[in-house]
Amino acid sequence: MTQPILLYITFLPLIAIPFIMAIPQKSDALKDVIRWIALMISVVVFFVSLRLYFAFDPSNPGFQFVEHHEWIKKYGISYFMGLDGLSFWLVMLTTFLTPVTIISTWKAITNRVKEFMVAMLVLESAMLGTFLALDLFLFYVFWEIMLIPMFLIIGVWGGERRIYAAVKFFLYTAVGSLLMLVCIIGLVYFHKQSSGEITFNLLSLYGTSLPRIYEILFFAAFALAFAIKVPMFPLHTWLPDAHVEAPTAGSVILAGILLKMGTYGFIRFAMPLFPEGSAYFTPLIIVLSIIGIIYGALVAMVQPDIKKLVAYSSVSHLGYCMLGLYVLTGQGVEGSILQMVNHGISTGALFLLVGVIYERRHTRLIEEYGGIARVMPVYSTIFLIVTLSSIGFPTTNGFVGEFLILLGAFKVNKAAAVLAASGVVLGAVYMLWMVQRVFYGEIKNPKNLLLKDLNLREFAYLAPLIILIFWIGLYPNFFLGKMHVSVERFIRQVKVEAPAGHAIVRNIEGSRFTALDLSRAKKQER
Amino acid sequence: MADYLYLIPLFPLIGFLINGLVGKRIGKPMVSMIGCLSVGSAFLVSLLSFNELLQLDPHQRQLVNHLWTWMSVGAFKVEVNFLLDQLSGVMILVVTGVGFLIHIYSTGYMHEDESYWRYFAYLNMFVFFMCCLVLGANYLVMFVGWEGVGLASYLLIGFWYKGMENAEAGKKAFIVNRIGDFGFALGMFLMFWTFGSLSYLEVFPKALHLFEQGHLLLNAPVVVAICLLLFVGATGKSAQIPLYVWLPDAMAGPTPVSALIHAATMVTAGVYMVARSNILYTLAPTASLVVALVAAATALFAATIGILQNDIKKVLAYSTVSQLGYMFIGVGVTAYWAGIFHLMTHAFFKACLFLCSGSVIHAMGGDQDMRNMGGLAKKMPITYVTMLLATLAIAGLPPLAGFFSKDEILWKAFTYPYFPAMGKIIWFMGTLGAGITAFYMFRLIFMTFHGDFRGTPEQAHHLHESPPSMTVPLIILAALSVVGGWIGIPHLIGHALNHHSPVPNLFETFLEPVFEHSEHIVSTKGMIHHYPAWLEWSLMGLSVAVALGGIAMAFHIYIRRFHELPARLAKQYAIHYQLVYNKYYVDEIYYYMFVLPIYYLSVFLWKVVDVLCIDKIGVNGPGWLVKRVSAGTSLIHDGYMQTYGAYMLLGLVAILAFFLGYR
Repeated sequence: MTQPILLYITFLPLIAIPFIMAIPQKSDALKDVIRWIALMISVVVFFVSLRLYFAFDPSNPGFQFVEHHEWIKKYGISYFMGLDGLSFWLVMLTTFLTPVTIISTWKAITNRVKEFMVAMLVLESAMLGTFLALDLFLFYVFWEIMLIPMFLIIGVWGGERRIYAAVKFFLYTAVGSLLMLVCIIGLVYFHKQSSGEITFNLLSLYGTSLPRIYEILFFAAFALAFAIKVPMFPLHTWLPDAHVEAPTAGSVILAGILLKMGTYGFIRFAMPLFPEGSAYFTPLIIVLSIIGIIYGALVAMVQPDIKKLVAYSSVSHLGYCMLGLYVLTGQGVEGSILQMVNHGISTGALFLLVGVIYERRHTRLIEEYGGIARVMPVYSTIFLIVTLSSIGFPTTNGFVGEFLILLGAFKVNKAAAVLAASGVVLGAVYMLWMVQRVFYGEIKNPKNLLLKDLNLREFAYLAPLIILIFWIGLYPNFFLGKMHVSVERFIRQVKVEAPAGHAIVRNIEGSRFTALDLSRAKKQER
Repeated sequence: MADYLYLIPLFPLIGFLINGLVGKRIGKPMVSMIGCLSVGSAFLVSLLSFNELLQLDPHQRQLVNHLWTWMSVGAFKVEVNFLLDQLSGVMILVVTGVGFLIHIYSTGYMHEDESYWRYFAYLNMFVFFMCCLVLGANYLVMFVGWEGVGLASYLLIGFWYKGMENAEAGKKAFIVNRIGDFGFALGMFLMFWTFGSLSYLEVFPKALHLFEQGHLLLNAPVVVAICLLLFVGATGKSAQIPLYVWLPDAMAGPTPVSALIHAATMVTAGVYMVARSNILYTLAPTASLVVALVAAATALFAATIGILQNDIKKVLAYSTVSQLGYMFIGVGVTAYWAGIFHLMTHAFFKACLFLCSGSVIHAMGGDQDMRNMGGLAKKMPITYVTMLLATLAIAGLPPLAGFFSKDEILWKAFTYPYFPAMGKIIWFMGTLGAGITAFYMFRLIFMTFHGDFRGTPEQAHHLHESPPSMTVPLIILAALSVVGGWIGIPHLIGHALNHHSPVPNLFETFLEPVFEHSEHIVSTKGMIHHYPAWLEWSLMGLSVAVALGGIAMAFHIYIRRFHELPARLAKQYAIHYQLVYNKYYVDEIYYYMFVLPIYYLSVFLWKVVDVLCIDKIGVNGPGWLVKRVSAGTSLIHDGYMQTYGAYMLLGLVAILAFFLGYR
């Protein structure tokens, strides 16, 4: 590659910041200028990222567009970025969802617009960095930077209990990440013991042989950090609070992308770095995923607040993603990655939709509504489509993801698949019940009589999401095609042989593949 | 070539998109034209492709239209393919043909409705998904249609969503169907990991091959499991015990919807699915037996509920549940063609019955209670005659359509080759149910059309025959209810009619290639007895007699002694009456057994487990603890010089004491 596309998309958002900072936000017109700059830059990032689609070679299982520069040589820390089939769609999702979110804030954020947009752009940059970093240190830096703008978005532009929610979000995530940092250093230490070289290069660290007990411990620490982010039951309680207090844009990014950091962390780091540890915890993770699926759905059912309902539904949906990853079949893992993207689209859309009526009525309580299908027909139709996507209706994206995950799971663990599939029924229950109470029946609350249907701006940012819902639903191969070989590599890398005697023998082919990746990466570097 | 099969679902899809997106602006005439024309075109294309099918050699009759690869991950590959063979050919003609008539009828019935465009959009969407269901060449495309028609049904049941109970009924239908779909999906998973495909053209030959090679035994547990799981899906969509509860409530939708979706087409999807999977069910006799037994129980059970319903549509709804039971008896006792035959004739007469009831409701100004009707025959002669014909058909009187199809099913049940003894029981239940059917259907006719009018004077004034847009479809369907059965004349009668060249059973012969492998398996593995002709004649006579008995009883109670007998019977058998009148309290049982416990469990999980245990104690607990401990320790730092001096002194004394004591 001649052009460092990944560098561009990661740091382009930051370029706009000095310009935004220079504009005083004294009048509405100037605020609009700030909004336009932020929007434009995020759109540019999206278009630049589209280039990745055409340049990405789907037959290459290794990393592409690799950028490798030494950073802190003494400690083997480098600026090392790359993209493969596992992260491809998550990156695209990020560059796609950010402009959508920025448009949605046009009227919702009127206070401290400048600071908000700066936070959004920093966030985008950090999220992209997190998905692209192949150096553990670099990854950790992005991972932690990401917390700050999100913390501010919840804490400054949030609802009534925003400080509580922001602090809870921050502390919860930070606790997990600190343990992870300790284990990153531990891993590097063990790597030095065996190879004599200090490095944070992920690809070198893959296949580091660790004493079994450390492998299990390190995995546990990584998994804790990521499981909080996912969030997996029972580490999920920060999520409903954060969602309810966050402004719409915060919720969209949080649910749409930040949660995927957790599942992505498992795919990229926790599982391939510590396959034995991962295998050791597989039963626990599968059980927790299934509990998450069913528990999240049940608790979502009885929520009086629409946003909380959607938040708990995320716990349920992410349970599917984790289950798909952990059954380690091609269908399961690809379904899982697709479902991450799906969840970003449909739950993102749900939060945007909730934001639309919240802006009009300043309440999110289900009982405040009822019968609004009559006054907001377009809105209701779009809400119904997104609902169908969320409950996995065939021809929408949700179906493909869930079906592949469950199909993959069924091969490995029938009981798990059956239990998880029951979540599909519960999903229909809580979503349709909510839809019924919000949209159908007579309008009981006179305030709802004057509700205005979607305006052009709102329609404009929802329409792309609707298109994607059907695109993925009808032609998922377009998306799955980019993943196949990377997922095969991932499975080979992570799958451990059945215990032979006492020792668990790591799959040899897996480590060979890592070596291959390395040589490829080096070649591309040149 | 059949590369135009996709047009069949495409036309209704276009109709749906146009009516859905711009229907509000283009006016009612345009909406009706688009709505009807799209389905009419689909019907025409169906006829064309059916004709092309007929040109082929009977064993080559399979037209496949490949569209695109839907998903492929590793070994899992699903194509979006359409398949037209004899079975889907019959189905698609019924769906688009009856669908077309009902679209036309709807232009009259829904004329006054403000959301006219939305109605036609949904109806077109339904036809689109139903075509996918029928034409899909693999289980996953069928599943798309399967859930899709469920969505259309949900939207149409809740069409008048201002009434919360309508929205509620729609939701109930969707969720109960989802429970069934859960089974369907699991069945697909098991099927894929067993046979490596979901395509009809791969799974069935493979199963057959494995069976012939001896790798797959008759009644192999895995095949039984697949069949039972698929049947769970069928009990949802086709309203069989225990998932039938949504269908009676579904009558909240507009009546033409009840006719099209909840009688003629969608609810028969389960029967189609079992017939489509006939090889699997034949290889799993236990699963077939379960199908037949559940079906027989449903047929009888629903018929008894039908006896005491007063809502004209509810009677028809329970009758539909019961009739679907007969179809499942057919496919359960491996007489697949007979099940499909009854599916077709039922589509004619039940659509006719529903549309007639719609005509009645139209005239009654929306009133559906038969206690307020009576004597309508004079006011609405066309409706009366067509409904009477359809009722005679469903009651099973020769030579109407229902007689041939129902009698074939009962005879096949009697001669059930896998489980002859069970077959007799199923036959008995079916025959009893047939008598009850005749009774409650004629109760409906008598209460509605005979006697004196019991409604308000206002209603009496308003009574009128419906417009031609409604009566013409009625006449066509009534005619089909009369003659529709003649393409499936039993060999016995065919032989008797003309000894030298027997009247052939066209329908059975036509479907033969689809079911021939199953028939072969049954004939080698089942216990084929040769029953004498007199037995078949007498059973046939018996079922006619039972039907006539039912009619006579209805006549006795509801015509001759209408003024006192029904009330007296209700009093005399109060407990039984209440039990049946309240539909055996099944809805209430489900509510207290499933709905409420799950609701309270969820509230408990939320308030106690989530908010209290996990969040308050688990998450904020440590935070609180740290706070309290620090609050305690911070007391030490009170900021007074004296205190610090005292601490210093104490420390000094302690150190001194330690060293002095130690030394």
